[in-house]
Amino acid sequence: MNNIYLDYAATTPVDERVITAMQPYFNIRFGNPSSLHQFGQQAETALDLSRREMAGYLGAMPSELIFTSSGSESDNLALRGTAFASREKTGANHLLVSPIEHPAVLATARQLADLHGFDVTYIPVDEFGMVSPTMVQTNLRDDTALVSVMHANNEIGTLNPIAEIGQLCRDRGIPFHSDAVQSAAHFPLDVNDLKVDLMALGAHKFYGPKGVGALYVRSGIDLIPMLTGGSQELGLRAATQNTPLIVGMAKAFKLVQVDHNARTNHIRPLRDHLINQVLSLIPSSQLTGHPETRLPNHASFVFEDADGNLLISVLDAAGFACSSGSACKTGDPEPSLLLTHLNYSLSWAMGSLRVTLGKDTTSDDIDAFLEILPGCIQQVRELKS
Amino acid sequence: MSGGVDSSVSAALLKEQGYDVIGVMLRLWSDSDSQNRCCAPDAQAEARHIAGLLEFPFYVIDAQDQFYQAVVLPFIDGYAQGITPNPCLNCNRLIRWDFLLERAAALGAKYLATGHYARIQQTPTEHYQLLKSRDLQKDQSYVLHVLTQKSLSQTIFPLANLSKSQVRKLAGEYSLPVAERPDSQDLCFVGQGDYRDFLRKTDPSINKPGPILNPESKIIGEHPGLADFTIGQRKGLRISSPESLYVIRKDIDQNALIVGNKEHLGRTEFFADQVNWIAGVPPQDPIQATIKIRYKSPETPGTITALKGHSVQIQLESPLPDITPGQAAVFYQNDICLGGGIIRSD
Ligand SMILES: Cc1ncc(COP(=O)(O)O)c(C=O)c1O
Repeated sequence: MNNIYLDYAATTPVDERVITAMQPYFNIRFGNPSSLHQFGQQAETALDLSRREMAGYLGAMPSELIFTSSGSESDNLALRGTAFASREKTGANHLLVSPIEHPAVLATARQLADLHGFDVTYIPVDEFGMVSPTMVQTNLRDDTALVSVMHANNEIGTLNPIAEIGQLCRDRGIPFHSDAVQSAAHFPLDVNDLKVDLMALGAHKFYGPKGVGALYVRSGIDLIPMLTGGSQELGLRAATQNTPLIVGMAKAFKLVQVDHNARTNHIRPLRDHLINQVLSLIPSSQLTGHPETRLPNHASFVFEDADGNLLISVLDAAGFACSSGSACKTGDPEPSLLLTHLNYSLSWAMGSLRVTLGKDTTSDDIDAFLEILPGCIQQVRELKS
Repeated sequence: MSGGVDSSVSAALLKEQGYDVIGVMLRLWSDSDSQNRCCAPDAQAEARHIAGLLEFPFYVIDAQDQFYQAVVLPFIDGYAQGITPNPCLNCNRLIRWDFLLERAAALGAKYLATGHYARIQQTPTEHYQLLKSRDLQKDQSYVLHVLTQKSLSQTIFPLANLSKSQVRKLAGEYSLPVAERPDSQDLCFVGQGDYRDFLRKTDPSINKPGPILNPESKIIGEHPGLADFTIGQRKGLRISSPESLYVIRKDIDQNALIVGNKEHLGRTEFFADQVNWIAGVPPQDPIQATIKIRYKSPETPGTITALKGHSVQIQLESPLPDITPGQAAVFYQNDICLGGGIIRSD
């Protein structure tokens, strides 16, 4: 298959250098990091180095970084862990979350509300899906256990003013979590600049392996573990650490820090060209998300009266892998919750398209894509009427 | 693709013949929360699995609205008019061909292939003929008689020359799972219960109790609803009578079920409408053919005369007891399916 991949927000290919770094930890340095012997010690060293290195880039202490199995798990642990710990400690019972969070946060908040009696408030957002610090301030309560606002939205790319929101929370002494799964691929993230108390990362969005993530937990933030058992990860997550994947994540994270400027300088102009061309070539099209304050690789659109699901299939058959907020493999398209929340009418919300670029995307790729996209959209629109 | 053995083997054969295969499953409408049998999660998972094994792309295309409009509503409406509709015919013509062919074209496909048991033959005059399957037990030309020259020109039946047992054997050779969706009598879009429950739930006014009359219009009982009965039916009348009684007619205006004994039942002459001639045009003169009035019934010889406006008059050589308005009458000359139409209410 030589289709062109334009879905880097979904996942990315693992960098060759990352694969090389991981390799020995599958079968040569395969020990259990908790074991006393030298096999264990080798693995423990790798784990330790990975933690120090990642923590260093984040401006955190190594003891503030917990390795998990995914971005989703990190979000889960952040929400459940602090919600239950705060309730235990202070009786705090309120969660303040943005309504445009990834399902890893939204569904967790919903479960905390439905099964555990937490009171959840959704922070109003503007037309670009951006959370304003004022709205956070208005909705903060004395019994707020946690505020969760994502750094960059996966579906529409909008970036949130995390540092300002973090400052507000800090002033009130309320823990603040941010899902930085999407943004980690593009920006250096310093937990002190961002003023976050918890922050979720997932390796597969930044050219690392799937099935591994991390959660930053500021020292002094109480967390109840969700996975109980051994005392790995400072007692906050039981289970033998997945050394090869963690080594891979640390390597990939390091490469982001080294390369992100060059990557962004390459990707952003391609992305800008893509957005301009799409909006000018295709009638009844709109950009979703913020026009400037957005991920540098991210373009997302809605097209009126086009079936987004069919569009993704048609584009795929034509050789281009993209995604859409409403696309679903099972043929049961629903308008994306986010676009509905942003008040897009059904005839627009059903026709969404997300095109996300990566370090290997070329201008030829974008030209080829722009060549076929107008025809594909026209075809899909004709099939709708 | 259905995830079943027929479409899976079809895909494998095409792949082997060097075609660029794209797998498609249609997401069809279904009653309430139940999933349409054609695209239930397990069927989808199976089709996806097969596409993965054979390494070709697979998409599910949403056809729920169109299916509801083109298949379900006419089905309900047909019962409201007292006929016994066959929704598979509309589904084949409007959804599985017209709708899907358009989308297949958008996906870049030149042909539509299905796992039906039937054959397509091109004549020297560039016409396409629809032929019965070589496996007469499995032949599906009855439900395919709605296809047009244009559809046939873009259709491939990879199982054309195979029998069911050969298909099963091939599945084994290709290491494909040989799951088989049970050949259910129930309709794919009806969830719990059968079509009668579905009709009751959908529109209670369609199926309400009324009188049972004898051929002399004397009331001899009460029926629970006309849709529960079909022509020739004997069971479920709940009338004691010295001889067996059969449904011979439905009178929709009086909501009455007319019953009689066996002699009242047989007919030799009837009409069919919405006729599709596979050749594209009706024959000038009356033709001799064999006629099939239900999917699983044997053929009966007769004469077909084309009338104005896509209708025909059919004269059978011997009477048939169960000529049912709403079902299709399909015409054959030996292996060739000439076309067919919908049996008219009298
Ligand atoms: C913003 C955001 N949060 C969380 C996740 C979940 O990450 P993972 O796939 O590692 O569980 C994703 C990726 O889908 C994401 O985009």
